[in-house]
This record gives sequence, structure tokens and C-alpha cells, in this order.
Amino acid sequence: MSIALSGVAAAGANPRRRNYARHYWWFVAPCGVVVFATILFPWVFTLFMSVHDWKLGGGRSFIGLANYQRLFTDERFGWAVLRTLYYTALAVVFPMLLGTAAALAFNRKFPLRGLARAIFILPMMATPVAVALVWTMMFHPQLGVLNWLLTSMGLPPSLWVYDANTVIPTLVLVEVWHWTPLVMLIVLGGLASLPVDPYEAAKIDGATPLQVLRHITLPLLAPFLIVALIIRTIDALKAFDTIYVITQGGPGTSSETINIFLYLNAFAYYNMGYASAVVVVFFLIIVALAMLLLWARQHFKDAA
Amino acid sequence: MNPTEWITRRGVLGATTALLAAPPMIETANAQSGFDWRRFRGQRIEVSLTQNPRSQILISNQREFEEMTGISVGAEAIPEQQHRQKFAIEFTSGRPSFDVVGISLHVSKLQIGRAKWCTDLTPMIQDASLTAPDFDFADYGQGIVEYARQADGRLDTLPEFTDYFIMYYNKELLAAKNLGVPRSFDEMVDSARKLTDPSRQIYGNVGRGLRNANVVLWTQFLLGTAQKDTLNAQRQLITDTPDAIEAGRIYQTLMRDCSPPGSVGFNWNECQTTFMQGRAAMWIDGVGFAAPLEDRTRSRVAGKVGYAVVPRGSASHHCCMFGTSFGIAEASQKKGPAWLYLQWASGKANQLRYLTGGAGSPARTSPYRNEEAIKASRFPRDFFDTLVESAAISRPGLPIILPVTEFRDTIGTALTNTIGGADVATELKRATDAFRPILEASERAA
Repeated sequence: MSIALSGVAAAGANPRRRNYARHYWWFVAPCGVVVFATILFPWVFTLFMSVHDWKLGGGRSFIGLANYQRLFTDERFGWAVLRTLYYTALAVVFPMLLGTAAALAFNRKFPLRGLARAIFILPMMATPVAVALVWTMMFHPQLGVLNWLLTSMGLPPSLWVYDANTVIPTLVLVEVWHWTPLVMLIVLGGLASLPVDPYEAAKIDGATPLQVLRHITLPLLAPFLIVALIIRTIDALKAFDTIYVITQGGPGTSSETINIFLYLNAFAYYNMGYASAVVVVFFLIIVALAMLLLWARQHFKDAA
Repeated sequence: MNPTEWITRRGVLGATTALLAAPPMIETANAQSGFDWRRFRGQRIEVSLTQNPRSQILISNQREFEEMTGISVGAEAIPEQQHRQKFAIEFTSGRPSFDVVGISLHVSKLQIGRAKWCTDLTPMIQDASLTAPDFDFADYGQGIVEYARQADGRLDTLPEFTDYFIMYYNKELLAAKNLGVPRSFDEMVDSARKLTDPSRQIYGNVGRGLRNANVVLWTQFLLGTAQKDTLNAQRQLITDTPDAIEAGRIYQTLMRDCSPPGSVGFNWNECQTTFMQGRAAMWIDGVGFAAPLEDRTRSRVAGKVGYAVVPRGSASHHCCMFGTSFGIAEASQKKGPAWLYLQWASGKANQLRYLTGGAGSPARTSPYRNEEAIKASRFPRDFFDTLVESAAISRPGLPIILPVTEFRDTIGTALTNTIGGADVATELKRATDAFRPILEASERAA
């Protein structure tokens, strides 16, 4: 024992062995460089740009927090924030409801269930831009198939994305069609992992199917629903491709969300400084919402 | 005679020697004519174009240039909005991936000029060793050359295409109501009202309602007033004046009362589709959109389309003019080969292809004089006459300012709101107040 201890002591005294850890950094360095180049540097540079008046193709000058001050007085930005929240609320609630209902239906055994599931998740496989282009043709007020269907059934035609009042619900319709299958898949995975015991106990106690759903299934599914909610919320907040392809923020500015506003400022008006300030504020909004949802998830866990 | 008897070893050797000697002989001939198209053979240039029918013509005929010069070309054609962003970002980086770029003068001229992203072409045009004898710079319309020239006198892009706003009309629909081609905007509004029949889904007019895209239709109406322009001589914004409001009211009446529902979201492509389906009697837009209208496989109005200059306004008669051009990146290491490409791309042959193919009105004047090609074209005579008449009354359709996209977005939103029923004067006042500080800041920075 004493020999072993003295051996360790000797090794510790060896300067080469003692400084060995410093060589580990070389192994971490490649990852460190990648993280710095792709995450840290863009962020630092965005913050740097946000405190400058920076026009692409022109000069730049330091203006402190003027871009942020301008944001809080910019009516167009204010409306873009409200529209983003409205769009997000609709594009989260409907896929969550429909996805959960679909998962409960597909969890039951019925003939050709596998085929039905596969067909249901097909929209999720489609490329968003291609989907948006097809929907754009379908929404055409005179030549689109949707108005043809409505009028064939004796219903009045709609202006869909060609009217300021209906544009956001119509865009949400595309989002719901596209992403409800994702919620369904997450919830279906949750349903498959639920224990059988509570259901057997409920059956013995004579619980109705609605009581089973309300008091057993939904509480047990809560962690999965929260995960789906977080994913959907972040996806809906950053929705860009569908809106840009179908309406480009129009008619007027009636579907201009923060992403569209940001894109126009950066790449159509070339106001890189102002657009960077929008990025920073938008990031803070997303972080705040994500933290709220994570807190809710923890709350459900603790309650369970 | 048996082939083996007349093919001799000496004959084969002679023929091979002649074949090998042919290219140097052609080069020598070119050198003797004072110009050598093949002086940069073996090099490669990159060309970045906007996606449109003209770029398609250039790309599909590119082999012709490659065989003539020995220069290989990597060409891309990107949708307009994305292309503007791409070249702006690449130019800003200082190392653009392309040698030649196609731009819209009405959007990017000032941006490119102020940043000096493209090289001045004047020295190359004047260099007889670099410019083919048949290039004929005087063949370009003087108006478009001046439009392309920067304020400091540099000609940093070579004109390619001049777009005029013209009036397309459905001959059948007008004849059915016994109406002639309107000669003034008042007549146009009157005819449009008479032609509109929502129960049959037939409308007197179709036009751009989409924010940004719609501004040029309003400036077309503004060109008919005494004011004509959106900036005064001091380069101050005058978009809420009585003339601007008059133009806005014509726009509102036509778009709100005589156009299909949903026009608020229409860009040129939706207008084109509606017109091609025979649902609209009149459409004012760029001349470059004519080709599909006469395509019998896609258009229900092929052979029934009339072409006319835009009607006269209350005080003057002009049509909107826009233009595109080609530039050579200042940072390019291959300016010589790139200049040869420009000469070919905007040469007489390609410009004639533009005109006869309905891809738009060329920047050169010689195609309009080519009677033989015009007769062989699938377009009627009035199409070509309209182009020549439009050239005579054309004026820039957008102000030459740096924040032109913001201008179009801000004024465009106001115009979109007027289609919804908002008051024209109030909307234009609000948009003018919103854009004025942006313009002033831009002018100060210049």
C-alpha cells in the first residue's frame, strides 16, 4: 500500500504528468472553432451590427441603441409582432387539437391502420416552398380549385389570401395541413408508451371513455404534449417560407410577420443595422416563450 | 469506284493537316480584319442573370458565343428579387463569384453606381482591339444609354432591354360592346365600367394590386398629369400633391370598380393569367409579357389581342420606361473575356431574337428596322408599331433613388389600402410622410 501511494505521489510530482490535461485542449479545439465560427461569431457580429447604421453597399456609423429605440416607435414593427403572435397562436392551437385527435384515432386498431397513418403523414414530407406554390394556385380567386369547389357546393367564393381579413387564417390553414402530422406522431409515440394498469383500474371502476381521456390519458400524455407544443411554437414563430412564397407579407402589410419584416429590412432595403436589432429583439421573444413553455413542462412533471 | 481505291494514305495525311491548320488560319483571318474574337480562348467566365425570357434566349444560344470565342461560360438565371440580393451581398463581400451581372436599371443603377461595383465600359468601347468593328455603339437608343449612364458620366453597364408600359386589350370583348381603343384615361375608365360584368366574371380591367409591384401602375397614371414625376427638381418627394391624388383616384377606380376580386394580391403574373383566360378586357403592363398571350397552347386570347400605347392623361402623354443592362464586376480578373460576352449578349443578333421572340423591346434600334424579321414574327404589326410609338413618349417609371424598394413598399401599401376603400389623399399623405425621412437620409448620405 505504501509502495502504491508513494508511486502515485511520485507521479503527481512528475511535472509532465501534472500538465498532461493542458494537451486535452487540442482535442476540443476543432469543436471550439466550429462553435465559435457558426454560433458565437454570428451572434457577436449581429450585436455589433445592431448598434450601427449599416447599409449594404454604403458606409456604417456607430449609433448606439438608436436602432432599438426606432423599433419601439416603429408602428409597422409593432403590427408585425402582433401578427406573429396571432399567427403563432392559431398555428399552434389547431395542429395541437387535430394532431392529438388524430393520434387518439390512429392508436385504435382498425383495418389498414398502417396505410392510413402513412397517408396522414404525407403532407409533412413535402417541401414547404413547393407546397406553398401549389396552395398559391389553389387560392386564386377566379382560377383556383378551392373556389370552384365552394361554388360547386353552392357556397360563396372566398378571397383567401387575396383579402386582408382572411389572409392569416388562410395561411394558418396551410400550416395546419402541413404540420398536424408532426403533432400526431409525437402524441402517438406517447400513447404507445403509456402504462396499461391505470386503464384496467378505470375499467374495473366503471369509468366512461370520456373520463378515461380526461383523467388518465391526457395527464399521462402531458409531457409529450408539452414537447409538441414547444416544437410547434418555435416552428410557427419562425415560419417564413410559406408566408413569403404565398403573400410576401401582403395584401399591403396584412400578413407581414416579424420574419418577413426582418427579411425585407435586411435583403430588400439593405438596412443591415436595423434588421440586426430586429433579430436581437426577436431572439429575446423566442427565448422568453421557450422558457415559459419549459417552466410549464417542469410544472407538469412536478405535479405528476 | 471502290472507296478503298480513292482513299489514299497521302490523301488522309493531307486532309488531316488541313483540318489541324484550319483554326489558326481562321484566327489569322480575324487578326487581319483587326479584331480577334478568340484572343481569350481557353478562359472561363461566370455570368449572373435575372430569370426572364431574355436570359433564357442568351443561355440557350450560349454555345454560339463559346464556339466563336473559345471562352467557356458558366451562366445562372435567378428570380429577380433573389438575384438583386445575391449580387448586392456578393459585391459587398468584395469578391463576387461572377464576372458579368445583369441588373435592373430602375432598381439597382444608383446602388451599383455609388458603390462603384461595376467597371466603366467607356474605355473598352473606345478600344478598337477589344471591340468588334460591327459592335456599333451608335445603334443603341440614346434614351436608354443616358438612362444607364451614372451621374458622374461613367457608363458602368451596357443597355440590354427597354421595357415600356403598353396597353393590351381583348379585341373581342371591346367589339362586343362596340367600344374603340381608349385614347385617354377618362375613356379607359368609362370603357372599363361598361365592360365589367361580375355575373359573367368578365372585368374591364386587370392590373397590379400587390404592394410594391403596384406602384408602377400608379406612376403610369401620374405620367399623364402635369407633374409627371414623383420627385421635384430639388429631389424632394411629391407624392401627395393634387396630381398624385388624381393618379391615385384613377388607380383606385379601375382596381376597385372594374377589376377582378382579389386584385389586391395580383402581380403581373396573376394579371397575365387573368387576361390570357379572357376574363379581362384591358391590361396596362410591360411589353415583355406579350409572348404567352399569343401562345395558342396556353392562351385563350391568342390572335385576339390588340396592342396600343397607353392612353393620354389629363395634361400629358407618356408611358413608363424601365431598363435592364449588363455590367462587368470591378473585382473581376477577366474583364476582357467578360467584355466580349457583353458584346455578344447585347449584339444585334440577340437583340433581334428578343424582339421577334416577344421577349421584350431591345435596347438597340436596328431590330425595329428589320422588316423581314418582323414580317416573319408571330406578333401582329400593331405590336411593333406600339413599341416604336411608346419609345417616343417614354419616361422613367420610377424615381432614380437608392431606397427605391422602400419607396415602392411604402407607396404600394397606401395604394393597396385604396383598393380596399381607403381615402386616396389620406393614404398618400401618410405614405409620403413615412417615406420622406428615409429619402432625406439617403440623399444626405450621398
